[in-house]
Amino acid sequence: MSAPAIELRGISKSFGPVRANRDISITVRPGTIHGIIGENGAGKSTLMSILYGFYTADAGEIRIHGNRAEIPDSQAAIRAGIGMVFQHFKLVQNFTVLENIVLGAEGGRFLSTSLEKARRLLKRLSDEYELHVNPDARIEDLGVGMQQRVEILKALYRQADILILDEPTGVLTPSEADHLFRILQGLKREGKTVILITHKLREIMDVTDTVSVMRRGEMTATVDTASTSAPELAELMVGRKVLLRVDKAPARPGDKVLEVDDLRVVDGAGVERLRGVSLSVRRGEILGLAGVAGNGQSDLLEVLGGMRAGTGRVTVNGTALALSGSGSDARTRRRRGIGHVPEDRQREGLVMDFHAWENVGFGYHNDRRYARGLLMDNAALRADAAAKIAKFDIRPADPWQTARNFSGGNQQKIVIARELEREPDLLLVGQPTRGVDIGAIEFIHEQIVALRDQGKAILLVSVELDEIMALSDRIAVMFDGRIMGERLPAETDERELGLLMAGIADTGRDHPVGEVEANLAGTAGKRE
Amino acid sequence: MQKLPRWADIVLIPAINLVLALVVSGIVVTFIGQDPFAALRIMVNGAVGSTYGWGYTLYYATNFVFTGLAVAVAFHAKLFNIGGEGQAQLGSLGVALVCLALPWPHWSLALLAAILGGAVFGAAWAAIPAYLQAKRGSHIVITTIMFNFIASALLVYLLVDTLKAPGMAPETARFPEGAHLPTAGDILALVGIPFSRTPLNVSFVVGLIACWLVWLLLWRTRLGYEIRAFGQSEPAARYAGISPVRITMLAMVISGALAGLMAVNAVMGEQERLLQDNVLGAGFVGIAVALMGRSHPVGVLIAAILFGALYQGGAELEFETSVPREMVVVIQALVILFTGALDGMVRSPLERAFLRYNRKPVSHAPAE
Repeated sequence: MSAPAIELRGISKSFGPVRANRDISITVRPGTIHGIIGENGAGKSTLMSILYGFYTADAGEIRIHGNRAEIPDSQAAIRAGIGMVFQHFKLVQNFTVLENIVLGAEGGRFLSTSLEKARRLLKRLSDEYELHVNPDARIEDLGVGMQQRVEILKALYRQADILILDEPTGVLTPSEADHLFRILQGLKREGKTVILITHKLREIMDVTDTVSVMRRGEMTATVDTASTSAPELAELMVGRKVLLRVDKAPARPGDKVLEVDDLRVVDGAGVERLRGVSLSVRRGEILGLAGVAGNGQSDLLEVLGGMRAGTGRVTVNGTALALSGSGSDARTRRRRGIGHVPEDRQREGLVMDFHAWENVGFGYHNDRRYARGLLMDNAALRADAAAKIAKFDIRPADPWQTARNFSGGNQQKIVIARELEREPDLLLVGQPTRGVDIGAIEFIHEQIVALRDQGKAILLVSVELDEIMALSDRIAVMFDGRIMGERLPAETDERELGLLMAGIADTGRDHPVGEVEANLAGTAGKRE
Repeated sequence: MQKLPRWADIVLIPAINLVLALVVSGIVVTFIGQDPFAALRIMVNGAVGSTYGWGYTLYYATNFVFTGLAVAVAFHAKLFNIGGEGQAQLGSLGVALVCLALPWPHWSLALLAAILGGAVFGAAWAAIPAYLQAKRGSHIVITTIMFNFIASALLVYLLVDTLKAPGMAPETARFPEGAHLPTAGDILALVGIPFSRTPLNVSFVVGLIACWLVWLLLWRTRLGYEIRAFGQSEPAARYAGISPVRITMLAMVISGALAGLMAVNAVMGEQERLLQDNVLGAGFVGIAVALMGRSHPVGVLIAAILFGALYQGGAELEFETSVPREMVVVIQALVILFTGALDGMVRSPLERAFLRYNRKPVSHAPAE
């Protein structure tokens, strides 16, 4: 057998007191797809950043094709044949595909010669690997799936034979993800080595040959994918068995709490983000809103939560909400019994430099129970924080820590604790478990279901189909500012929802992949 | 992430910055052929070596407390109020109008009225840029700077025309006897403590009370909570139902009022009439004071006293040696440079040092 494509021996890296990678050793065979799986914060990205020269390891060595390699910067990584596709693309938006591909590797005296050379190479690459992209399209006109292909082509143009992809499917629809996996299989057939970083078990099971599991900065296992199973990997990731399904009783929906009729929102650039959304949520049910990020779900939550203005008609418990002007702010919404777990807890849900106890009253800071005459009753806030920390097992159990010092899951628990404890009639929940570790996911899901069982109405927005399928009593799919359709979880599957998410309402017939992508590419500009 | 203990952030870093500024100043002083240690001795002696020095130091410090608090309050709402100078000028107009309006029977009544007058005029002057920012999106840095010039021009117009007292100078009549504030000398004489004749007056106490009230506002009231939340993150503020318009207006109005109060010390306490240029750059020094004091009232107070000492010590230096006036400005500029702009130069090595010697486990998840 030939030398391993990549061999890491005893890699360690600390950031101050935080040990992001501890004594990590891994061997990646050439011509395979090697998955690296772990929760957020397990140290996957740090490890890959070391391999790509963004960080230097405190200890350990890297071997590429059997030779010891020093990788002080990304130029050295590229010379060693390593290409990286980041979670957030690094493309120049108003350059064409071709210009982006040669950027930084122009070579020659004139741009036109390298562009022509690149064009020929691009043609060959796209035929070989099913990487079809129009070389003269501008990046800003392309959908995310296409942009990702450009990133892959960039790496291949630089003659990478080891390709690292960091959470590549986070922004893709299921069919786009399937296409990506076919591309990866093609790369593998041509003898390239692929490292796939993800926290999604299904992807690992579908495409990888070997999988390494990371937990808290350590490599806990490397196994052949064929000889393992999703539950086993999940257990390796968190160190204990977890439920991938949510245990919940059938819903007993009551009266309509939220009714939305022909809701429209136009953003600052004049683009219509919501184009006539109508839906309703009943007491005691969870309505799941699925869709690829950027199709209007966030806008809907923001309007309902009082963070931006809209037009149309929205009633809560039969009385209309003001959608613009006075009385349309978030404070009034809260008084009307609407709780809101925002999509971006770090930007919106918390003040990151406030102490935990200050955050516990955020949004409700005008409540009488936090007031003492003209002043705020900080003692009451601190007592409340201590109670919530105990009840929701928030760690570290210290009300004096700033929100920034909590992990993603614990930050989310602070937000959830604050919003759920008010027992709102209607709870808006956006991406409740984004960037949250599996243990906390389970807990947060239980809390949401418990609130439903108390007879509250819940509107759940998530880009994770698994989460939508597991939690929802009813599923609505959004595409391009509209509701594409509603389904019952028992009567649908990921394939059908995926088509709806791609804007194809008629899910009865079989669709070639090309049509779905053409549809997505057409709306990409608006989604930006 | 909290990398430094609080005491290091509030005390150690400013102290190191100050020492660095003094070292560089010393080098510059050496270059112009003077003995830097002698110069330092003269400055320290001049500032705090006598009751006379202390009186002037604290008098200047009182001005800087007000302008520094003004910048600090706005800064908590992430508003950079550069207009302290103009707001203080308008404050001086308010104070002067109050003092000239009545034959005040007692200074205490005049003081209360003057506080009100200075605050209202300063606040009104800050309210216009605040409104333009909140409603029209005109950047507050630009508008407050422009309002400094407008304030200055307005005052010139009033002093050469409407408010001008008979005589040559562009100034108002002297304030009536009842509007004269007792100085530190007057007050301490009552209890038999000798104190030189200086302009230090009861406004210093007003300044201390203002520090306490600002602390109370920022960390003990709902409005302060909202101001700080808004300053940290506007999206978060909107999520919590905090109105950006309301907070921008209120934070700026409070800021302007504090700047306006400076006139109580300078105009009512010392000049006792309205002069054309009565702020003398204190509005700008307030920015440095707030920066150095980390926008905390206690920090502002300490920084204000430091800058007061620099002013007074610098004046003595100029008086006693051939070090030119400009040199004093250079030293002040160096202090501002090191405490403000070059803060990171000291901060990051210090943070690294603290992390190295203080490796207790931190409780958050590993960074990815």
